[in-house]
Amino acid sequence: MARLTINGRTLDVKVNPNTPLLWAIREQVGLTGTKYGCGVALCGACTVHIDGAAVRSCTLPVAAAEGKKITTIEGLASGGALHKVQKAWLEHEVPQCGYCQAGMIMAVAALLRDKPKPSDADIDARITNICRCGTFQQVREAIHAAARA
Amino acid sequence: MIIRTPKMNRRSFVIGSAAVGTGLALGLKVPLGATVVRAQDGSPEITAWVVIRPDDTVVIRIARSEMGQGTLTGLAQMVAEELECNWSKVRTEYPTPGQSVKRKRAWGDFSTGGSRGIRDSHQYVREGGATARTMLIQAAADAWKVPAGECSAANSVITHQPSGRRTTYGKVAEAAAKLTPPAKVALKDPKDWKLIGKSVKRLDTMDKLTGAQVYGFDLKLPGMLNAAIKDCPVFGGKVKSFEAAKVQGMPGVRHVLPVGDSAVAVVADTWWEAKTALDALPIAWDEGPNAKVSSATIADMLKEGLDADQAFVANQNGDVKAAIAGAAKKVEAVYAYPFQNHAPMEPMNATARYTPDRCEVWVPTQNGEAAFAATLAASGLPADKCEVYKINLGGGFGRRGAFHDYVTQAVLIAKQVPGVPVKLLWTREEDMLHGRYHPVMQCKLVGAFDAGNNLTGLHMRLSGQSILSVVRPEALQQGKDPLVFQGLNPGGDFGIGYSVPNLLIDHAMRNTHVPPGFWRGVNINQNAIFLECFLDELAHAAGQDPLEFRRKLMGKHPKHLAVLNAVADRAGWGKPAPQGVYRGLAQMMSFASYVAACAEISVKDGNKVKIHRIVAATDTGYAVNPAQIERQVAGSFVYGLSALFMEECTVKDGHIEQTNFHEYDSMRIAQMPKVEAIVMPSGGFWGGVGEPTICVAAPAVLNAFFAATGKRIRTVPLKNHGITLV
Repeated sequence: MARLTINGRTLDVKVNPNTPLLWAIREQVGLTGTKYGCGVALCGACTVHIDGAAVRSCTLPVAAAEGKKITTIEGLASGGALHKVQKAWLEHEVPQCGYCQAGMIMAVAALLRDKPKPSDADIDARITNICRCGTFQQVREAIHAAARA
Repeated sequence: MIIRTPKMNRRSFVIGSAAVGTGLALGLKVPLGATVVRAQDGSPEITAWVVIRPDDTVVIRIARSEMGQGTLTGLAQMVAEELECNWSKVRTEYPTPGQSVKRKRAWGDFSTGGSRGIRDSHQYVREGGATARTMLIQAAADAWKVPAGECSAANSVITHQPSGRRTTYGKVAEAAAKLTPPAKVALKDPKDWKLIGKSVKRLDTMDKLTGAQVYGFDLKLPGMLNAAIKDCPVFGGKVKSFEAAKVQGMPGVRHVLPVGDSAVAVVADTWWEAKTALDALPIAWDEGPNAKVSSATIADMLKEGLDADQAFVANQNGDVKAAIAGAAKKVEAVYAYPFQNHAPMEPMNATARYTPDRCEVWVPTQNGEAAFAATLAASGLPADKCEVYKINLGGGFGRRGAFHDYVTQAVLIAKQVPGVPVKLLWTREEDMLHGRYHPVMQCKLVGAFDAGNNLTGLHMRLSGQSILSVVRPEALQQGKDPLVFQGLNPGGDFGIGYSVPNLLIDHAMRNTHVPPGFWRGVNINQNAIFLECFLDELAHAAGQDPLEFRRKLMGKHPKHLAVLNAVADRAGWGKPAPQGVYRGLAQMMSFASYVAACAEISVKDGNKVKIHRIVAATDTGYAVNPAQIERQVAGSFVYGLSALFMEECTVKDGHIEQTNFHEYDSMRIAQMPKVEAIVMPSGGFWGGVGEPTICVAAPAVLNAFFAATGKRIRTVPLKNHGITLV
């Protein structure tokens, strides 16, 4: 059993404490916006926020997330309004297949929280998610647009 | 790609309504009226492509699969162009393969590969829209008792010009659906297009931003169990034994099952429990004779083919042997290209539910019909007892088109737990070990010059794998695999852009036990490197500028030349580059489009490559959505440059060695060059988009690398040469 606070909701989840947070979120909690891509924290598709910081949830035991504030892609918008990163993504039509984009958006939202006006070098250092469709050109444009918003 | 039309069981049947979420399946009901076919919500179908709801919502059917490339939006634009409907009220829907069988392929080919979504279906989807428009106008005219010729339609509104009366598509849809479709409709002149050629926004972006979009991995069905699988790591090997008792008591585990003769699956309440138990399951493999094969033995076999007497000829003129024998100067080089995995972000998966009376499969697929065929074969049930529901793909790149091994596995598992839906998810490791790999190929090139430094002969000998010989042997032409020669043919959709007085391009087929597949761009990726880098070598040997050298050979190839000139002009070829920056060029014809690139790079310490900019031109004939074409160009370069710098699947003891992204890396945003796409449609033909441009990025960068360092790199990936992309 683990007590998790996800997107402002606290729930008791029946799960082995060694289970990666990703799979507890997807299978026990039922939020599937957070994706599996590699299982070893290389690709970033599973990125969520823990106490506001971007974390790759596929290698984090669920026990380590107890008592912390977890935000997934489903909880990024607030009060029915898209987050500024989501808005910029919509405006710049960033996604292609879209599978990696939840993780990408979560990583970018955390970056903008720390660095509201990131330079290209900041983006290069902090955004290391893999996108096989190759949306990086639009990702960079949209990050700068979100920073201006 | 492969098309298998399943044999139809002639008994009539009713298609079920197993939609998951919205828009996944339309679930046709038996027609209520004389000839009216209805969508699941009861709205009438005007043609197979168009359903109109009373509130004027237009539902456009899309037979091809959207996997990020934008075909869903582009095809909808084409139907809507002729339909003259309100674009803001357009929705889309996938017909199912079972419905396609029942309706004698009313939606044509489902296959989504070979950059053919638009270029192969532009005619009939536009006719589907035009036919519906004609019927809607006729219905309004009938109601008004006026000649249809006095009425016109725009933005889903029909107007009777003389009286000014107006009505909407939603109001006349019922009546229109009862009309007999016109036998023939005229399509618009391209100059009158309002939607085709316009960069309208994609229809499918919002759900990808909020986590709402359901991919195959995300599917949930009532009572569903989850499966993890391990197939024998050596292709062609089998399961010898497994000790189910060791894991049967583990949390959540329900079943430990053989899958065919080569795989074992654990079925559990959750996928994580299934995967955990599978990792603990002792499995003994019978690896078979292929366990002796390695990358080195494969390379030796291909090397032998470079000088073999027998080869399939695809392009030949003059007498190349005489030209080489009599050459004043001869240039020779050998290139090689490795196995590569597609590695879409979403690993392979499928969900199946089987009973002796019905088998249903939910799967992200590039070809619903091929997935359906795999379902029939694995279930043993006839077409009227099977159905496939297409789900959104987390990338395809060719892995999910001709191959449905994961569908076969899911059905074989589901058959052992009848009535229970089972979702089979592959790990990344399983995906890396069981790909359908980019074919391995070597190429020996010999160029001959006369005393005046004119190129008099070119022999290009390919040696390596044939995809068709494994996947679709019936498509071979007297043994020859025509796909091997993409970009090197005398003409057609993959025509070479150069004229050489004495030319020979041939292929010594050398197949391996590693299964080959269609990998975004397919054979043109390596052919572009072989041809375009060697042309650079020839230009250098002749002491000529690479652009001028090419131009002299391109007099009979104006469209190839036009894209090459466009990138050279935009990049400022011939003018000084910024300090430390070097340029390289490449051009090809690919999937009926003309593409060219000029790369600008700098090289630090002899091995750290920074790509500053790639100018890329593409002539697709007609460009349906230029903004999406630009995105495909930039995205394809990420795929192509990742392949150039980082990606190789090596073989040891018969199996692929790379297991995850730490050994099979992919570009990150820091390595992304600025891509300036020039979309320059010249009209009059329909070229592909998703794949063509990928092939020019690698040779343009390699040629720039030579310009920067004086070193020719002839084998991929560059990591094997200690060269990194920074």
